[in-house]
Amino acid sequence: MRHIPIEPPAFFHRGPSPIARLAFFGLISIALLFVDTRYHYLEGIRRVVAVILYPLQRAAQLPGEVLADVGSYFASLRSLSEENATLKQQLVERAAAAQGYVSAQHENARLRALIDLGSRHAAGATAVEVLYTSRDPFAQKLYVGKGTDAELHPGEAVIDAEGVVGQVTRVFPSMAEVTLVTDKDQAVPVKVQRSGVRSVLYGAGAGHAPELRFMAPSADIQVGDVLVTSGLDGTYPAGLAVARVATLDRETGQMFARITCTPLAGVDRSEHLLVLARAAAAPPRPEEPAEAEAAKKPGKGRRRSAGTQ
Amino acid sequence: MMALPGIGQLSTTGPEEILRPVRPWFIMATLALALVGNLLPVSGVALALKPDFVALLLLYWCIKEPRFVGVGIAWCVGLLMDVGDGTLFGQHALAYAFLAYAAEYFRRRVLRFPLWQQAAQVAVLLGLCAALVLLVRYVGGAALPRWTYGVPPLVGALLWPLVTVAIQWSQRPQRSSATL
Repeated sequence: MRHIPIEPPAFFHRGPSPIARLAFFGLISIALLFVDTRYHYLEGIRRVVAVILYPLQRAAQLPGEVLADVGSYFASLRSLSEENATLKQQLVERAAAAQGYVSAQHENARLRALIDLGSRHAAGATAVEVLYTSRDPFAQKLYVGKGTDAELHPGEAVIDAEGVVGQVTRVFPSMAEVTLVTDKDQAVPVKVQRSGVRSVLYGAGAGHAPELRFMAPSADIQVGDVLVTSGLDGTYPAGLAVARVATLDRETGQMFARITCTPLAGVDRSEHLLVLARAAAAPPRPEEPAEAEAAKKPGKGRRRSAGTQ
Repeated sequence: MMALPGIGQLSTTGPEEILRPVRPWFIMATLALALVGNLLPVSGVALALKPDFVALLLLYWCIKEPRFVGVGIAWCVGLLMDVGDGTLFGQHALAYAFLAYAAEYFRRRVLRFPLWQQAAQVAVLLGLCAALVLLVRYVGGAALPRWTYGVPPLVGALLWPLVTVAIQWSQRPQRSSATL
């Protein structure tokens, strides 16, 4: 350069200052946060971004898949035959129950037809594989490898071999987000299998056991009781095992008993899950008075009021 | 850097080779790799320890190459992360944009120190980023997480020297890599 320019050369021009950019993008972020918390307008954008992100998500699966393949290649004949024997034994043990279940199901269908009740069994099921767990420490979510391509829909129940894992909350083209029963915003209507007492199981977030709230200290419930879905919300089919009562604290001074539970399903371990399609559309809701409508929001498995008895 | 002469030599304060200029596709590739790292399917202790690779890499590039990576790119990557984690839209975007700004503000200061002292400052920046996410979620009604929430930024700061050495290794001049 022969002369010294009066204004700095174009090389040093870098657009708006960092603080201006931060203010601009910060304001957009806050607007997005607000809209996403209050409304559900952004699901379309989320789906588009999810498509961009999909190859990366697949790539993230590769190391684990390769490790699993190598592991299974070197799995010894002995451990495989042992596993085979265990599985066969389990199959025989469950065969009796399964056969009984088929006949009971038929009988139940006949009886329900007699008294003119609709079927409440799930229409079908899709086996899915867990892709990854969300890194978000404020929520309990995981992602499974099928989405709209397998006709999954938000609201469908997700189970594993032991019990209820959670509920599909978002569906992307070939992925779906499952919110676990341990999530803070997740509630499952349950009943005690032994006594039939109804309640709602509330998730409590990472590291905390789900609990039954608003249960009278005199409720017929014991440590070790199994809780099954009651099917009252129309989201979870009735009769799926959910949790076992872990601790029970009936302090006489308190209005409610303090009951914590352990989920039966491997909510943070299971790799293979089953998404249960919803049974035939529920009958239309009865007309509600206008003032009650404002107070009640159906769907999402959330219930504000828990029927304790 | 008496204890770690190997890393000390490669640090920005040591007797330094002139690094080859970085190519934009290389920055994009490392950011994509970091996104893959964040989406890795892990659980249990590994999940509690797993640092935010994307924040770490964004911080690195904002400090080393502010001409290529700034607030805008950090914000876009944050949006990707929001979808990947299923978090509120804008949560990571806001945190990363802030991180990029903080990096821009502190970069000349950070670069003056040897790697291990840089790591300490990186820990503070990553911690601030995590604190911003915490603030957003707390205002949004989430419960406070456990103390383990503070672990990933520290792990990320421990990885800072490794990331620096690894990336600068790939940017060394052809001559020295040919003799190796």
